[in-house]
Amino acid sequence: MGSVLSTRAKVWWAVITVVVLVGALFPVLSIFMTSFKSSSDINSGTFLPPRWSVENYEQILTSGGSAQELFLSALRNSIGISLIATVIAVVLATLCAYAIARLNFPGKRLILTTALGVSIFPVVSIVTPLFNLWRNIGLYDTWPGLIIPYLSLTLPISIWTLAAFFRQIPWELEQAAQVDGATPWQAFRKAIVPLAAPGVFTTALIAFFIAWNDFVYGISLTSTSAARPVPAALAFFTGASYFEEPTGAISAAAVVVTIPVVVLVVLFQRQIVSGLTQGAVKG
Amino acid sequence: MASITLKDIVKRYGDGFLAVDNVNLDIADGEFVILVGPSGSGKSTILRMIVGLEDITSGELDIDGVRVNDKAPRDRDLAMVFQNYALYPHLTVAENIAFPLRLAKGKHSEEEIRQKVERAADMLDLREHLDRKPANLSGGQRQRVAMGRAIVRDAKAFLFDEPLSNLDAKLRGQTRTEIARLQRRLGTTTVYVTHDQTEAMTLGDRVAVLRRGVLQQVASPRGLYEQPVNLFVAGFIGTPPMNFLPGEVKGGRIELPFGEFDLPESLASAVGDRGLVIVGLRPEHFEDARLVDPEKKDRGHTFEIQVDVTEWLGAELYAYVPFDMHESVKGQLEELDRELDGEGLRTQFVVALDSASRVRDGDTTELWFDPTKMMIFDPETSENLTRDDEEAERIETDNVEDRRRSLERAQKQEAQV
Repeated sequence: MGSVLSTRAKVWWAVITVVVLVGALFPVLSIFMTSFKSSSDINSGTFLPPRWSVENYEQILTSGGSAQELFLSALRNSIGISLIATVIAVVLATLCAYAIARLNFPGKRLILTTALGVSIFPVVSIVTPLFNLWRNIGLYDTWPGLIIPYLSLTLPISIWTLAAFFRQIPWELEQAAQVDGATPWQAFRKAIVPLAAPGVFTTALIAFFIAWNDFVYGISLTSTSAARPVPAALAFFTGASYFEEPTGAISAAAVVVTIPVVVLVVLFQRQIVSGLTQGAVKG
Repeated sequence: MASITLKDIVKRYGDGFLAVDNVNLDIADGEFVILVGPSGSGKSTILRMIVGLEDITSGELDIDGVRVNDKAPRDRDLAMVFQNYALYPHLTVAENIAFPLRLAKGKHSEEEIRQKVERAADMLDLREHLDRKPANLSGGQRQRVAMGRAIVRDAKAFLFDEPLSNLDAKLRGQTRTEIARLQRRLGTTTVYVTHDQTEAMTLGDRVAVLRRGVLQQVASPRGLYEQPVNLFVAGFIGTPPMNFLPGEVKGGRIELPFGEFDLPESLASAVGDRGLVIVGLRPEHFEDARLVDPEKKDRGHTFEIQVDVTEWLGAELYAYVPFDMHESVKGQLEELDRELDGEGLRTQFVVALDSASRVRDGDTTELWFDPTKMMIFDPETSENLTRDDEEAERIETDNVEDRRRSLERAQKQEAQV
């Protein structure tokens, strides 16, 4: 912690930080600016909009906007599907990780390696068979039709993070609480849950982002607004005329779907950090 | 406060491993009993069975005469201090100590809890740390918080599971005396598990020595030291440990690795018609022949020996003397060494001499020892043939008397404060 950097090192760190920040944030900023350009200014070539306009936002959010129908239903689908996928993944992963951390049973390693195997399986290779299967059994273009493949993405990483997290919880605390006069349930709730909560929380956020950001499943397994999530819906935006690119509307939609992610991260920054660093500190 | 009785307690794990074999132990109300033994002797398992964290395979465990075998830990009303303290990291020191009180819903008012926590904190010198989190405390402070959590409610008994093994040597010594003082002041029945025989000797009213799940001997520290029942107890108690030497008995004389001596009358009868015995001699029963009073010298024997290594410690001097082990008892003594967590490096015996002695590494010197102090062990059964039951009985009676008096003094002092 308290190491003092030389001026030279400080300068270098500052330069690197700025380069990384610009590299990461410039595209976001550029999209943000584009979203405020009116359709005639899209090709203006300037970074800042010549005239600030909310035309694009009106288009996707207000009634009568050309993309409103498409966007709002997609937003609803995205929120619903991602939340449900997250809840299921976290509940299942918590139970699974608890068993892996606490119990010794045959096949423990198999579960972990299988989970890892599933998560490294390329999404593109499953999409086509899944498309055919879903059409045959009637899951195509439905919420469950997306929730199930999302679970295949979120479950493995949830199981791994939670298992690693649970292993670091001193389970002797549960016994100590029981000796102190707690029932088994009280011991779990008062001694273990407060320690496990940050880990579960972090995992939930990670799982939510994975589901929220998916594009491949979203575009392949849906065909109407019944289940199409936002990242897929953006591809279906149309301009005012055939010759006009819907760049402005897409930018506005991109900004809108980024907001919940940013808000979540800012709100729960402390929990995420303490979740990620829990194991590093003894005590 | 309560008495704890273990009757024929057996613990067999699912894989068939017999961790505790038929242990019988009576712990009186207010007594401080130590369970001691090398690793794997089943001492922690017994403690965990008493507190209810481990099922009892067979046998009966009574607290205050009531069978508690099937009671959950919370219904046994015992307090335990864990080896790694098991503090709740998300709670402050005050809340950690108050935890058992808060669990007993409705029993204590907020004000009562505060008073009890403060009283415990004062006893353990934790007053200024009450608002801190365990992560910000030193090892010794954490250990005291764990003790605070145990003493804050009036549990029937305290159970300690190697509470000092994570502390450094100096702190261990201080905390040890602190535990002794606390227990005497509160007069609460205490069971204390340790593998450290110094802790066992200094803390316990009575010490139970375990070996591979079998209880070897339960006695006062002095009883164990002076009248051990077998080789194992004799070798486990005392630092440096007792020396075990092969002794060949022939016509009233005994041949030890460093010479042949007359066997005293009292020992000869214990030996009987055995030809080979194991002789136990504590390091402090040897002396530098030049420093022994002439009068005392006549009572013992002197012999010439070459010293290998010496260690001068200020108060005394340890000298190490290598010797050749007799083949027929070699196996048994090596096994004993392994059981006592030794490495079986070389056969040597240790003598503790007066620090004024000028014996140094490699010297050939004359040592003196008193043959009546010899303990004779049967090489087959490893039983102590020279144990004096009457003397052992007397030591135990004295011990009970001493303990009663010191408890009374402590209570009287407490009343004055």
